Amino acid sequence: MKMNSQEWKKLDIDVRPGIKLRGKWHGKTYLIQRKLGAGAIGVVYLCVCNGKQAALKISDKRSSMTVEVNVLKSLAKVQGNRLGPSLLDVDDWVSPQGICYSFYVMEYLHGEPLISYVQRRGQAWVGVFMLQLLDALQELHQNGWVFGDLKADNLLVVSSPPKVRWVDVGGTTQIGRSIKEYTEFYDRGYWGLGTRKAEASYDLFAFTMVFLHVYYPNQFAKESSPQKQLFRKIDSVKELAPYRMVLKKALVGNYHTSKQMKNDLLKIIYTTERKNMRAHQQHGQQTNSSSLFIDIGGISALAIIYYAVSLLFQ
Amino acid sequence: MMVLKSWEVVGLKKGTLKQILLITDGCSNKGEDPVAVASIAQQQGITVNVIGILDDGHAEQDESLQEVEDIALSGGGVSQLVYKQSLSQTVQSVTKQAMTQTMQGFVNKELEQILGKGQSMEDLEPEKRGEIMEVVEDMGETCDLEVLVLVDTSASMYDKLPTVKEALMDLSISLNARIGRNRFAIYRFPGKRKQMDRILEWSPALDSISSIFPKLTSGGVTPTGPAIREAMYQFGKKSLRRGFKYEDEQPGMEEA
Ligand SMILES: Nc1ncnc2c1ncn2[C@@H]1O[C@H](COP(=O)(O)OP(=O)(O)O)[C@@H](O)[C@H]1O
Ligand SMILES: [Mg+2]
Repeated sequence: MKMNSQEWKKLDIDVRPGIKLRGKWHGKTYLIQRKLGAGAIGVVYLCVCNGKQAALKISDKRSSMTVEVNVLKSLAKVQGNRLGPSLLDVDDWVSPQGICYSFYVMEYLHGEPLISYVQRRGQAWVGVFMLQLLDALQELHQNGWVFGDLKADNLLVVSSPPKVRWVDVGGTTQIGRSIKEYTEFYDRGYWGLGTRKAEASYDLFAFTMVFLHVYYPNQFAKESSPQKQLFRKIDSVKELAPYRMVLKKALVGNYHTSKQMKNDLLKIIYTTERKNMRAHQQHGQQTNSSSLFIDIGGISALAIIYYAVSLLFQ
Repeated sequence: MMVLKSWEVVGLKKGTLKQILLITDGCSNKGEDPVAVASIAQQQGITVNVIGILDDGHAEQDESLQEVEDIALSGGGVSQLVYKQSLSQTVQSVTKQAMTQTMQGFVNKELEQILGKGQSMEDLEPEKRGEIMEVVEDMGETCDLEVLVLVDTSASMYDKLPTVKEALMDLSISLNARIGRNRFAIYRFPGKRKQMDRILEWSPALDSISSIFPKLTSGGVTPTGPAIREAMYQFGKKSLRRGFKYEDEQPGMEEA
C-alpha cells in the first residue's frame, strides 16, 4: 500500500533540502540535500554527515522502520547482503511541529534505475544483471532469507564496473514465514502462480517479472488465465528469446534454488555463443541480416566478459 | 534491562487474535450507533477494522466516510479508505497492521509494568525497540487468527462486489502463508430478513467463495451497528471452538 497523499505532504513539509536533522538518541546531525525516492514506507533523502554522503530513510511508520532495521542488522552479520546498502545509524527525530519520526542512515548507492540503464546502455547488460542477481539471491537464500519485494524500483545499477544492487529490505523475510511486503505485479500470489510463503522460488518469480518489466515499462494488467498470459508476454519479447525456457520455468516455480536457474542460464549463454561463432565462420565477415541474431550474439559475448569482471570486483 | 525473548515472557502463550473486517462504502442508517458497538466489541477482545471503498471521483475527505475512521478507532483497529482498484493490497495490509497493533498493545502493557506508567515501546532507544519488535513480529507470524468479514451489500455496493470477492481470496493467500492457523467467516448485511446473513461458515481458506459471491443481490438499508453486534456473537459459537480450546484471558487474545 502506498503512503497516502497526506502522509507525503506532512513529511515534505517537515523534511526539506537544506534542513539539519539531529538524532534524538545518538546526536548525529545530518544535512538534507535532496530527495532520492519514496515508496510504501517512507522517503529516502541524500544527506551529508561529517563530509560524507549517505542515504537517510525517514518515516513515521515506526514499527515498519524498526523491522527494516532489524533485517539490515541481521544481514550485516551474514554474508548474504553484499548487494544491499550497509547500515550506518538508527535514530529518531522530533520535527519542529513535534512529530516523532524514525530514521536510519545507510550507504548511498550512487546508481541509475535498472530499467533506464538497460534502455540507455543496451540489451547486452540484461544477461550480466541476471547472473549478478542470481548470485546475490543464492547467497541471501543460503543465509535463510528471501528478498521478498524484488522489483525494478528497488534495483539500482552502480558503475565501474557496472553492478546491480538492491535497496529496500522492507519485504525481506526469513525463509518459511509469510512475505512481509510485496508489489502485486511481481507477486506470484497475485498471478495465481503460488503462495506468499518465503521460499527461494518466490524471489525467482519476481526476478522474472523484473525482466519482463524492463521490456514492458508500463507493465500490464492481469487477464483471466495468467500463466498463459505471462508466457505469451515472454514469447513476444525478441530480446528475451534466448532466456524463454529459463524464465518460464521460474514463473511456474520449477527452480528451487537460484543456482539451478543460474546454471541453466549459463548453459544457454555458452551454447548461444558457440552457435554464433559457427554462424560467423559460415557467413565469413558479412554482417548478418537478422537483427535477432545480432542481439543474441551481443548478449552472450558481453555477458560473459562483464560477468567475469564483476566477479573480480565484488 | 529486560530482554523479551518469547511470548511467555510477555505473559502470553500462543494465542488467537479475533478480528471483524468491515467492508463498506458509506454511512450506516439503521439501528444502534456502530461506533458504540465497535467499542463493545473491543472490550470483548475483538478488534474491528474498517475499509471504506471510495467511488471514483469521491474525495478522500468526504464526511460520510468519517464514520469509517471512527468505527475502527473505537474498535481498536485500523481503517483505510481506498478506490476499488487497490482493494486487495489494502485488505491484507490493514489486517496485518491491525495484528501488529494488537500485539504491540499487549507488549506495551507488559512494558508499563517494567518501565512505569505511560511508558511504551516508542520511549525506548532504537536498539531495545528492535528486540521488542522481533517478539511482536514473531507473535504475528505464529498466532492463530479468526477474521469475520462483514460485507455491506446495500445497493451502492453492487458493482464493487466482484472486487471485494477478489480481495478476500487474496487475503486468504496472504494469511495462509503464515505459520499460525486461520479461520475466516463471511457475513453480509443487510440480510434478507435479518440484520445479516451468513455467506460462509468458519473455514480455513476463502477459495471456495467464487461460486457464492456473484449471486448476492443487494438492496435496502445499511444497519452497520446491528451487524457488528451480531458479528461479535459469532465468535462465541460452539462450532468455532472445534479444535481450539478457549479460556477468556486478555482482550483480543486467548490462550490456546
Ligand atoms: N541507499 C540508497 N541509495 C540510493 N538510493 C536509495 C537508497 N535507498 C533507497 N533509495 C531510493 O529511494 C527509493 C525508495 O526507497 P525504499 O527503501 O524502496 O522505500 P520504500 O520502502 O518506502 O519503498 C528507492 O526506490 C531508491 O530509488
Ligand atoms: Mg521500495
